[in-house]
Amino acid sequence: MATQVRLIHMAEPLSPPRLLPSGDAAITVEFSRTIDDAANRRVLALDRVISAEPIAGITETVPTYRSLLVHYDPVQISFDALGEQLLAHAAKALPTETGTRRWRIPVSYGGEHGIDLEDVAKTLKTTPDEIVARHVAGDYRVAMIGFTPGWSYLSGLEAFLHMPRRKDPRLLTPAGTISIGGIQTGVQCLAGPSGWHLLGRTPVRTYQLHRDPTFLLEPGDAITFTAIDAKTFAEQDRAAEAGAIVAELVTP
Amino acid sequence: MSKLVVASIGPASSVQDGGRPGSQRYGLTPSGAMDRLSLAAANTLVGNVPLAAAIEIGPFGATFTARGGGVRVGLAGAPRNADIGGRPVAFDSSATLAEGETLNLGFARGGSFSYLAIEHGIEGEPMFGSLAVNARAGLGSPYPRPLQSGDELKTQAASTAPERRIELPAATDAPIRIVFGPQDDEFAEDNKKLFLDSEWKISATSDRMGYRLEGPVIKHLDGHNIVSDGTVNGSIQVPGNGQPIVLMPDRGTSGGYPKIATVITADFGRFAQISAGRPFRFKAVTMAEAQAEAIKFHALLRSLPDRLRGIEDFGLNIEALSDANVAGQAVSAVDASTWQVAVP
Repeated sequence: MATQVRLIHMAEPLSPPRLLPSGDAAITVEFSRTIDDAANRRVLALDRVISAEPIAGITETVPTYRSLLVHYDPVQISFDALGEQLLAHAAKALPTETGTRRWRIPVSYGGEHGIDLEDVAKTLKTTPDEIVARHVAGDYRVAMIGFTPGWSYLSGLEAFLHMPRRKDPRLLTPAGTISIGGIQTGVQCLAGPSGWHLLGRTPVRTYQLHRDPTFLLEPGDAITFTAIDAKTFAEQDRAAEAGAIVAELVTP
Repeated sequence: MSKLVVASIGPASSVQDGGRPGSQRYGLTPSGAMDRLSLAAANTLVGNVPLAAAIEIGPFGATFTARGGGVRVGLAGAPRNADIGGRPVAFDSSATLAEGETLNLGFARGGSFSYLAIEHGIEGEPMFGSLAVNARAGLGSPYPRPLQSGDELKTQAASTAPERRIELPAATDAPIRIVFGPQDDEFAEDNKKLFLDSEWKISATSDRMGYRLEGPVIKHLDGHNIVSDGTVNGSIQVPGNGQPIVLMPDRGTSGGYPKIATVITADFGRFAQISAGRPFRFKAVTMAEAQAEAIKFHALLRSLPDRLRGIEDFGLNIEALSDANVAGQAVSAVDASTWQVAVP
């Protein structure tokens, strides 16, 4: 397979991001106010440029759907000086897909692993099999990781599967839950509250202490899902518990 | 091997240090002490590095017993009545528990969190470079949860160094300073003014993730759902009910409510110490002022070793007395000048 290189061609130069103060030790570099795939690619591109050409004083960066949160040490650099350098970096941060890693993540859909699958099918006036087929056919990207360790928010959910979140969020949903909410789908690592619709579970731990790597996915990684049965889930879950990655790295 | 055994402890008490920044891009919150200056002061008192792991003690009382040898502790943060086996102990000073002695700490007075640092530090297995407890993520050492009675914190035997006290800047009730943003444009000017002009109280339902504020309803211009973006310590989110939530060290790394303002670095610990129900106000400052204050705060943290003093103001120093007697000097328990230890 040929290396994927796709530049987003623009008729006009990219508009500069907005620099929003998040206190005296962080700047939010905002590319859009809405969930927007093009903006998310620019967020990830700026993150890569900062990683390749570090700016003294930056302590860490946190990519999200529409903005990059840049933590810095105000003893080392001021808001104004850092803002100027971030705008210069953003101007040369071209969104590309060069070198994107792609993971295939096994999912046991429906039944006890995906208690909302049948209701989702009813709401969307189709069958559970159709929902699974569409979810598995998707080509997703990690837009951001947040909320709790390893909770990966994916962009690329097809419009047919867009659904408002539950009116009553659940206080506890299982580790490894694969769910849909709004226009997003997600891979949840730890058990915790969620207002999304639960389609299935993966044995993959996107975060596991004492494993190398501790965090499996990076913002920007490409993701596809593959359906497995409950028996395979049980086997792979034991392997993952013991430290196996289980997810398949399709392209490095 | 000495250890400090938790004989009794209230909720909201855990081992904390400088936290584990660096993995927020993976959803891992930094955690760490609510009030860094007090953590650093407690550690400095016993010769530890400023942000070493110590016990963060919530508003209720606690008792600790030394086993296997003497344990020296440094106490800072919210002051409390304190004694070791009936011997009064002052806050912002060090003290030593002999084997079998118990340190009794009362309720926090004028604050929420006290810090008990242990000379030589607490033994544990760092996770992402930190012992700080983050119960939701199952992180922290020696226990990945708040402390309970019976827990044991292992350390090395107390040294024979003299006890110290530390001179800290006087406490202040000044308003908590904020800079507006990142989403203050989601609020009309009159609501930003209402935020600044009103008295606020911290709700009793607050925790290490967030402090819920009670006061007037702050209205959004255009709904309360925004696309999630990154958060910092001190982010002031306004959810749909208009009652702000200030995000604390165990916050989610991203949040989907508009953030009207952010508490400045220099005031964050002071804000964390405000007791539930006690009225306070916010004050807006410019970014230049906030950054100048952050630099001053950093300098204050660095100056802590220079602020150490001898213990002479706090009555009898039993250990110094005993050391002096052992050395064969004539000392008088009522004339401190005969046994005081000179400290630069």
